[in-house]
Amino acid sequence: MDLKEKLLSSFLVFENKVDIDSPIHDVRNEAIKVFEEKGFPSKKEEAWKYTSLNKILKEDYSLFPKQENAIEYKDVKKYFIHDIDSYKIVFIDGKYSSHLSETTHDGIDVCLMSVALSKPKYSLIIKNYFNKAATTDSLPALNTAFAQEGAYIHIPKNKVVDKPIQIINFSTGNEAATMLQPRNLVVAEENSQVQIIERHQSLTENAVLTNSVTEIFADNRAIVDYYKIQNDHNNASLIDNTFIKQKRESIASVHTFSFGGKLTRNNLNYYQNGERIDSILKGVTILGDKQHVDHNTLVHHIEPNCESHQDYKGIFGDSATGVFNGKIIVEKEAQKTNAFQSNNNILISDKAAINTKPQLEIFADDVKCSHGCTIGQLDESAMFYMRSRGIPEKEAKALLMYAFSNNVLNSVKIPEVKQRITKIIANKLGVNIGFDL
Amino acid sequence: MLKIVDLHAGVEDKAILKGINLEVKPGEVHAIMGPNGSGKSTLSSVIAGKEEYEVTKGSIIFDDEDINELDAEERAHKGVFLSFQYPVEIPGVSVTNFIKTAINETRKAKGLEDMPAKDMLKLIREKSELLEIDRKFLSRSLNEGFSGGEKKRNEIFQMAMLEPKLAILDETDSGLDIDALRIVANGVNKLKSEDNAVIVITHYQRLLDHIVPDFVHVLYNGKIVKSGGKELAHELEEKGYDWIKEEVNA
Repeated sequence: MDLKEKLLSSFLVFENKVDIDSPIHDVRNEAIKVFEEKGFPSKKEEAWKYTSLNKILKEDYSLFPKQENAIEYKDVKKYFIHDIDSYKIVFIDGKYSSHLSETTHDGIDVCLMSVALSKPKYSLIIKNYFNKAATTDSLPALNTAFAQEGAYIHIPKNKVVDKPIQIINFSTGNEAATMLQPRNLVVAEENSQVQIIERHQSLTENAVLTNSVTEIFADNRAIVDYYKIQNDHNNASLIDNTFIKQKRESIASVHTFSFGGKLTRNNLNYYQNGERIDSILKGVTILGDKQHVDHNTLVHHIEPNCESHQDYKGIFGDSATGVFNGKIIVEKEAQKTNAFQSNNNILISDKAAINTKPQLEIFADDVKCSHGCTIGQLDESAMFYMRSRGIPEKEAKALLMYAFSNNVLNSVKIPEVKQRITKIIANKLGVNIGFDL
Repeated sequence: MLKIVDLHAGVEDKAILKGINLEVKPGEVHAIMGPNGSGKSTLSSVIAGKEEYEVTKGSIIFDDEDINELDAEERAHKGVFLSFQYPVEIPGVSVTNFIKTAINETRKAKGLEDMPAKDMLKLIREKSELLEIDRKFLSRSLNEGFSGGEKKRNEIFQMAMLEPKLAILDETDSGLDIDALRIVANGVNKLKSEDNAVIVITHYQRLLDHIVPDFVHVLYNGKIVKSGGKELAHELEEKGYDWIKEEVNA
């Protein structure tokens, strides 16, 4: 039985197990029909031209891990940004881990999707927002069909969340290959502010496939900053589907740091429903081995006087491959749009490859849109300059990579996150520069 | 200290240096002058160990050791310093962090611990005063958006921090106004001692009014065709290089 059939047949069992009277019962049933019809995407589709799921779909994934797996905090502390106070929503093999988490209902809701889906108290928000941003592409639809657990974050009007929220999905791999489908919902009401850090981390070498959906709603003047740290094992694959709907004068930023994993696909979609919105998409990708990352972004400018800023940097070594496909749509009504897109790449090995493709569809006539992509090697004259000052080759390379990623790192608002990212980069390159950049 | 014997070097199949002989002793200042394209910058790059140049013949002896097979960083660790004509911009790495890294990597190579932070700060303060560099400058990204004068001053600041045995100043005077030239030359002169040596590579006489050479060599077509005292530099300033070319070609 292939994975699609397995998913379809287990949906019936799943539906009987969860609440049939659930407000999203119909949504799930619609979604599974969409998935049944479309199936997994193939390379024949333009949006998947450079990323093949074939290999990772061959694993025999366990869809509903049976046993509860406990983890000690000390064993996984390193995967948290642990030097700051934060709210934490932690899952182990898709199940909520109360002892690793720190949730709250004090003025804001930082809790679980399973709770939000089952308690009447949350039904209005669920009705208004759940699956209202996600598209009906096959993978988001598949996630919707099985949506049960994830982070539920609701920030009421004018509330500035006092500390960042960390969402961490651990997989133990205790039941061989595992498939996970976390479902997150973030609703930031008018004039509220929230910062979120998300990480998927496999703790064994067994195969993991995560198909996650995150829906983010930023109401008028809300500020949402989202940081994704992707540094997983070489047997872990992630399909991240993030949908952001913004209203008037809101600012939403997503930073994606991709340093590991077997295959990572980031579908990042922004929809601007209001004027004077700013959408910020930034990424640093540093890959080696046979790792593959595909950044597939969409910014949909629907109304006038909005901005979007995209800046993705990629460094590819060994036989790593990367894809950047950045689509910007500017509707006819969206006059005075400022849309910027830049994708710069460095290939440090002959076998590494990057496919980069800007896609601009502009229907308005008074806009400023720019895009640029570069592919190059490490600057030899800069290398010689540093080495002539006594800095060895490896360290000089690391400094150049920092310098290359600097624009993106500088826009990280949480200093501890920036420090952690630079540390991961240093570890990845096997250097100790001896100072924090 | 430095002994270059019959050095031939080039890029790919193109020969640029065609038999250089040069000896530099501790305490000496040598000037290497010559028309454009004579091989001046190639010579400085080859001494510092730029990989793109291939040495086809001859040797570079530094402190009784042939350094031709050494990497650029290994030469730096032994005390060779090259001040670049076009220093490279490194965004996101401050002047302070860069020089700290350079010093500590050099110490590491010598089996020493990192320099204590307090000593480092003291050294930075001392040397930045010498070059009239203010604190704000030190926290800026290395060479990013620096003026020509700032770049060169920063080069000599790094030289002051690293205290090399042999400093090669490649066209350090280019792009400098008269005040910056004075500051840079003053810095170099203060760092000068009986134990170190300087090679000044320049097209013009004016830097040599400030850093007075013991020897002046004229490089032309990949060879040193004439050597003399500081008066040779004045003669070149007055008469240009054509008479040298005629002498050689005759």
